Order: sequence, then structure tokens, then C-alpha cells
Amino acid sequence: MHNEQNGKRKLVVIGNGMAPGRALERLFEASPDGYDVTIFNAEPRVNYDRIMLSPILSGEKKFEEIVIHGDGWYVDHGVTLYKGHKVTAIDRAAKTVTSEHGETVGYDKLIIATGSVPIVIPVPGHKLAGVLTYRDLDDVNAMLLAAKSGGRAVVIGGGLLGLEAAAGLKAQGMEVTVLHLMPTLMERQLDPAAGYLLKCAVETRGIDVITKANTHEIVGSDPAAGPPRVKAVRLDDGTIIPCDMVVMAVGIRPNMALAKEAGLNVNRGIVVADDMRTSDPDIFALGECAEASGQVFGLVAPLYDMANVVAQQLAGNSEATFHPTATATKLKVTGINLFSAGDFADGPDREEIVLRDAARNVYKRLVIKGNTLVGVVMYGETSDGAWFFDLIKRATDITDLRETLIFGQDYAGGSPLDPTAAVAALPDDAEICGCNGIRKGQIVKAIVDKGLTSIDDVRAHTKASASCGTCSGLVEQLLQLALGEAYNPAAVQPMCGCTDLGHDDVRRLIVAKGLKNIPELMQQLEWKSSGGCAKCRPALNYYMLATWPGEYEDDGQSRFINERVHANIQKDGTFSVVPRMWGGMTSAAELRAIADIVDKFKIPTVKVTGGQRIDMLGVSKEDLPAVWSDLNKAGLVSGAAYAKGLRTVKTCVGKEWCRFGTQDSTGLGVKLEKFLWGSWTPAKVKLAVSGCPRNCSEATCKDVGVICVDSGYEIHYAGAAGLDIKGTEVLCHAASEDETIEITAALIQLYREQARYLERIYKWAKRVGADSIKAQVVDDLDKRKALVERFVYSQKFAQIDPWAERAQGKDAHEFSPIRDLRIPEAAE
Amino acid sequence: MTMMEKNWIEIGTLDDIPRQGARVLKTRLGCVAVFRTADDEVFALDDKCPHKGGPLSQGIVHGMSVTCPLHNWVISLETGSAAGADSGQVRTHRVRVEQRRIYIDASALHTSEVM
Repeated sequence: MHNEQNGKRKLVVIGNGMAPGRALERLFEASPDGYDVTIFNAEPRVNYDRIMLSPILSGEKKFEEIVIHGDGWYVDHGVTLYKGHKVTAIDRAAKTVTSEHGETVGYDKLIIATGSVPIVIPVPGHKLAGVLTYRDLDDVNAMLLAAKSGGRAVVIGGGLLGLEAAAGLKAQGMEVTVLHLMPTLMERQLDPAAGYLLKCAVETRGIDVITKANTHEIVGSDPAAGPPRVKAVRLDDGTIIPCDMVVMAVGIRPNMALAKEAGLNVNRGIVVADDMRTSDPDIFALGECAEASGQVFGLVAPLYDMANVVAQQLAGNSEATFHPTATATKLKVTGINLFSAGDFADGPDREEIVLRDAARNVYKRLVIKGNTLVGVVMYGETSDGAWFFDLIKRATDITDLRETLIFGQDYAGGSPLDPTAAVAALPDDAEICGCNGIRKGQIVKAIVDKGLTSIDDVRAHTKASASCGTCSGLVEQLLQLALGEAYNPAAVQPMCGCTDLGHDDVRRLIVAKGLKNIPELMQQLEWKSSGGCAKCRPALNYYMLATWPGEYEDDGQSRFINERVHANIQKDGTFSVVPRMWGGMTSAAELRAIADIVDKFKIPTVKVTGGQRIDMLGVSKEDLPAVWSDLNKAGLVSGAAYAKGLRTVKTCVGKEWCRFGTQDSTGLGVKLEKFLWGSWTPAKVKLAVSGCPRNCSEATCKDVGVICVDSGYEIHYAGAAGLDIKGTEVLCHAASEDETIEITAALIQLYREQARYLERIYKWAKRVGADSIKAQVVDDLDKRKALVERFVYSQKFAQIDPWAERAQGKDAHEFSPIRDLRIPEAAE
Repeated sequence: MTMMEKNWIEIGTLDDIPRQGARVLKTRLGCVAVFRTADDEVFALDDKCPHKGGPLSQGIVHGMSVTCPLHNWVISLETGSAAGADSGQVRTHRVRVEQRRIYIDASALHTSEVM
């Protein structure tokens, strides 16, 4: 079908995006006179730089500035361009394509470059007026038009496109909320640490970000008031966000309908071999619609690589082939610098170098395998992105660069990171010593003015760290800051290999710096690993939970299995289930229910525990929610026998029955348990109440024990009967049940606020001293009252039966396999 | 199809597994633990610690390792070998993720679907 006048072959291109544009440029270079070219463009315009749509939306650029090929280019190369012509059919036998306007053109070679279509989530209301996508210039124009009337835009999708759309709409004067399904933004390109910094930066721009947000429906206006349009977005959790525009930016799908109708081989995209030919050797597919090596592509670099291969093949070079390589991502929002490239997952054969500068919001992570760089994530300072990316692509041996690699290409010597940086960055009014209310400025002034040189000096002059001592580490860092090399502090035991800070330092800094989630903490305190370890994560999760009740959202993945699934794992992988029996009391109905459950679920072992309750052992994980549901029906709730939290309150029968009993020890035990249950503590907490000094409930080896006497209640604490055996110490005498409960709650709250994770009460008491505890819990009534108030407040969020929640479906993924391959699929 | 060819079976999507978490895949030859790291990498290992058979799927996932819930052995998700002073090896399975869908190489699992 050569053109009879000029001998050229006929090339038809369906689509006029960046990839075919690049392919034609390369083709005209390699074979200037090889083809007569005809392009069908569904969009009514020339080829433009789609990557620059975001600056158009934000008003930083005009359309003319992003045009790649102006009308003149098509004329110069003799290209026939049909603008606004959508191709509706390919006739492979006749070798022709036909457009919607009836134009039929023959071809020798055909390029399909139909690109992709934005994914629209089919939630109720997705077809309402005001629901837009973000894909081409028409979408941008629609957004710009709608933005003129102001109001709020909801952008669904916190990936690259969604965030660029959000920034653009904000620049156009709209209020903007970004909804993102995953816990961190751009999770495919960024690790959680960089995702956290990005969220902060986006929020600083006045854009609201809601993560883990699942859109339930888009609510329309009342049809009676005219044609319905977007009025609000409702999330799964019931949150309603009133808005005037919804932009869906959740992803793209290869546009392959035409190719499929033509009978070409399609999968997720139009399948091409590495020479970019489809299952028909005269037809190429190129760009976002093509699937090569089992992958589809959305970033421009691999699409341009494809374009080169197509051009080479058309020019007669059959050797040219396409192989995907590492890609790099940058966000095009003015003022936000982030960059990621390559493969940045951890691995045992991989090492990472992390640089965090909390003051400048900089995070850099290099992932190294052997002697090469394989991945990089950078936030805040990305000037070395291209250099790192080049090292990755070339697999350069970095052995000689390694020491200073993270500082970038221009690094020429520098000082080691300063371990006191976090304390140095605190403002002068930050409270260092919580017990005595001493602020950083007071301590530094005392060190300088009075010439203090040791922590004991500071204690003597300011009282800072003179009570419980948990802020000692911070005071030492202040000494080091003020005195420099002259000061030689006692070594602090770091929490784990991820940090140089000790538990106490971390606890105080969480409060002083207002750190409210784990990624934020790791950034601000310059954690040395990107995501923590099995040692620090459970501790941090507890510290957050204890410090920010009602605000911090528990991170289940940072918990040991028992606390994650609310049962105790056994050596064979089954679980044991222990319901609460308040003060050791039970009833015929409860026992009957337990007996029925044991029969129904064929539970192999039932045992009475040392804490006066019943343990059902050998329950399979999948049965747990059903077992709990049945227990709940009988009024039985979780006994928290697995928790770093309140376990049991053991009692004797007291004066109700016993001839020696002095008070209602059982009743008091029940009241204590009802007051304290559900609370999370640094380590487990066990109580007992005895009705007389004969002490049948063994209260004098518990974390807290109450011994009833004629005149009232003796409160004991800091006993142990495990690895260590230790009798309790007397805390005080209380006159009434109410006072006993109040003092016990204050004691446990102080323990919750001061102890290190996994430190039992007796170890904490030994470390901080009985005097300091007594002073706050017993003697200072204001402090006692404040402690109790904080405890009661945190209980509002803690006293929810975890079994009931899970019996109703919470965390269902924990209790079922992802798939069961033992069950054969139905025959086809 | 010869025995040597890989037999990829789809077992679910990335979103079925919590980040830094795991799910169990049941097979005729026992359970396989399918892990998802913080960086969305997916690994599959026999759900049996080389120490005393603890269910690795129930452990805490950190970096590219999991800590066994029974006695805190740390097992590499990539190689299946125990870290530090402990020595032992658990079998790993090939997995791949495409468009957030997870596929496992079932040629070693001997399920009904292999036939």
C-alpha cells in the first residue's frame, strides 16, 4: 500500500500524547522520508506536555507554554492531524482505521497510543455534576471553571496526581480536603517516614488531609432545587465533608477497548513483545495503554524509552528492544521537594543510611545492596536526586563514596551529627521536669549563672530531675549543651539500636515536643532506622497511648500478638481465652455458658487460673470471634489475661462470710476491678484484696495489695512473685473504700506516666524511690486528684470490651486466612 | 505444563494484609505465612519457626524480618534464615505482586489447582 506518488509507506497513529509525539520525532530523525503519517487525536488540539497540567491548574503556566508540537511542526513533517477525531474501528484485514466522523484511512503500519482513562470509583453519586477527574486539559479547564465560584473541593486520592490537583485548586482559592485510603500519602513512592513529612507540608499549605478515609458516597443536592450536583462526601465512618467539587484522582486504567475489539491480545494493557509489536506484527502499541514485560507504565521516562524502540523498529532496526528500568518520582508542587527512585525496601542483604534533620524537615534514606545503591527516598532536600538516580541506573560501585554518600555529590567534609540536637531545638519554655514544673530556660540559666557542672548541682539549685528522675537524661543533655566538651555525662542505656535516647528521654520528649504519632516521633527524634524494630515499636505505641488518650490511634502492628488478637498464644499456635470474673466472683449462668462453649467448640483443656478465673486452652484462632460472641451473650468480657494492663483483682470472701473478716474485701475487689479494667500499663498489673491480716488472697506479693483491718484499709504496693520474689511495701492507710480506690488509681496513673515499657511496679518504685511516689500519690492532695482525673479521662477510651468489638467484625483479617487452597475451586 | 514451570496462583490483594503484618495461606501441606512490609514488599514463608514451630505469621514484622511470637527468634523474610546467634532455616516461597494482586508460586504447594 505504498503511496504511489512518493513511494512512502503509510503510518497511522491513534492518539497524540507525549509517547507517540516522541516516537515520531525519533522516527523523522532516523528515517526522514520513510513514512506518510496520519494522526487521529480524540482531543481537539496538538501534542502538549501532560506532566505540566499541574502548573496550568495552579496558574503558574499557560497552555501555550506547555505545547510540545505546534501546528507548524505537523506541517513541516507532512503529518495529517485529525483533531477531535476519535477512532472507532480498526479493520485489520483491510488495514484501515475509521473515525467517528466517518474518515477511513489505510495503513501499512499502525501505532495504537490510546493512553489511559482515569479510574472512577463507582460509589453512589459518582455521576453527579461537579464530580471531575484529572487527566487532560479538558479536566483542568473544568476544574478552573468550577473553582471560580470558590467553596470546598474534595480530592479523592493522595497519590502524585491527587496532591498536585489539591495544590492547584488551593492556589485557585478553594478550600481543599484530600481523602486517602492508605495510612500515609503516596505510599507507592514513599516510605512512611517521608509520607509523614509530606502530610505535614501539605497541611501547612492549608489543605486538610484525611488518611484511612474510605469514601462511602457522594451526596447530591435536593433534586427539587434544580439539577442535582455535588453537595458533600460521606465517609465509611459517617464523617460528612460538605463540598462543591469532587476530584477523583485514584489512578488510571489502560485504554484498550479499541485494541480489544480489533482482536489484539490484551491483558491489563495491550500486550506487546519487547519489540513493542502487538499480536499483529504490523501494529505497535505505545504509552500508557501498552503492557510490556507484564507491566503497565504511567511515568514518562519508560514511555519515552518505548517511543524510541517503536521509532527504531519502524526505521528498520529490528534489534531495538524495550526493557523497563528503575524509575524516579518527583512531586510537582511548588515548595515541596520529594524524590524517590529504585527499590527502597529493607532486606537482610541490604543496608540503609538514614539522615534526618528535624529542624529543617529533611529526611534522606539510601538503600544499599552489596556495593551498589539500589534505592533512594528523599524529602526536603532533593538536589542530589539525579545523581543518586544515576548511581542506581548505572549500578556504580559506591565503595569509595560510601562514607559520605548521603551528604550528596558536593560533600567535602563535615561534622558528625550532634546527639543533643533534639534538646537544643526545644524552646526555653518547654517543661523538662514534669514533677517540679521546671522549664528548659530555668535550667540553662542556672547552669550558666551559677556555674553548675553536674546533675546533682542542677538538682540542688533547680529541683529539676530531683523527684522521679525520669528527666535526668534530658538534664544531662542540657549540661552538655551548655558546657560542651567539659561535661562528661553518665551513659544512658538507649532504648534499642534505633536511637541513642533512653526510655526516659523519649517519654519526656514525647510530652515536651508534643509528638503524637510514631512516624513523627522517629523523624523529630532522629531515629536511626526508617521504621523502628520489634523492641522500640511496642514501647513507643504504649507511650503514645498513655500520653495522648483519645488522640492517639493504637497501632496494632506494633503490638505483640497476644495484645493484637486479645488472647494468649500457646506453644502449638492455638490460643487461650480467659474471661473476666470480677473479684473472682462467678455464677451458675456464667459457668453454664462456659461449659456450653467448651462443648460447642470442642475446647480441649479448661483450667482454673491463679487469678481466680477460668482459662479455656487450645482454641483455634479462627474460632476466637465466635467464642467471644457466645461469652458476650452470657455477659462475660475479656479478662485481659494477655495484656500489659490490668489483669486480676484476687479477693477472699471477707466479712460477708468469714468469721475473721473485717471489711467487705470481695466487694472492694469488684469495685477496684470495675474502676481499673481496660487500662494499658507499662507491664502487667495484678491486685489482691484480703479481708484480714491472715491475707488469704496473698495481697502482699502483688503489684498493689489491700489488707483490710478494723480501722480501714492498708494499701501495699511493689510486691513480686515471679522471676523475683518480693514482699510489698506499705504505701499508706486509707479510711474508706473510696479513698482506697482513689489512691490506687493515682498510683497506677503515676506508674503509667513514669515507668519504662515492660518495667513492673516494683522495679519502677525502686528506681524512682518510695518517697517520690508517696509525695505525689498520698501527701499532695492536689497532685493525687490530678492523677486520678487523668486516669479517669484515659479510661473513657480504654473501657471498651475488645472481644465485643471483634465479635462484631473489627480486625476480621486477623482471624481468617487470606485464602484456603485446600478447598478446590468449582470446576469450570 | 511441565513440573518445572512455575504455577502462579492469585491469593489476594496487597490490601488484604496490613502493613507490617501477615496473613495465613492454608495449603494441603500446611500453612504459609504471607507478609507485607512497611514498604509494601510481600514475602511468603512456611508458617513454622525453625526453633519450635511457632507460627511466624503471628509475629511482629520489622524491616525485612519477623520476630517469632513464641521465643523471639528473628527470621529473615527474604532468606528464611534465623538472625544473630540462632541458626535455623525456614522454607521460603516465591511470590510476586502485580497491580496490587499477590501471586504465589504454587509448584511446591501441591494443591488441587496444580493438577
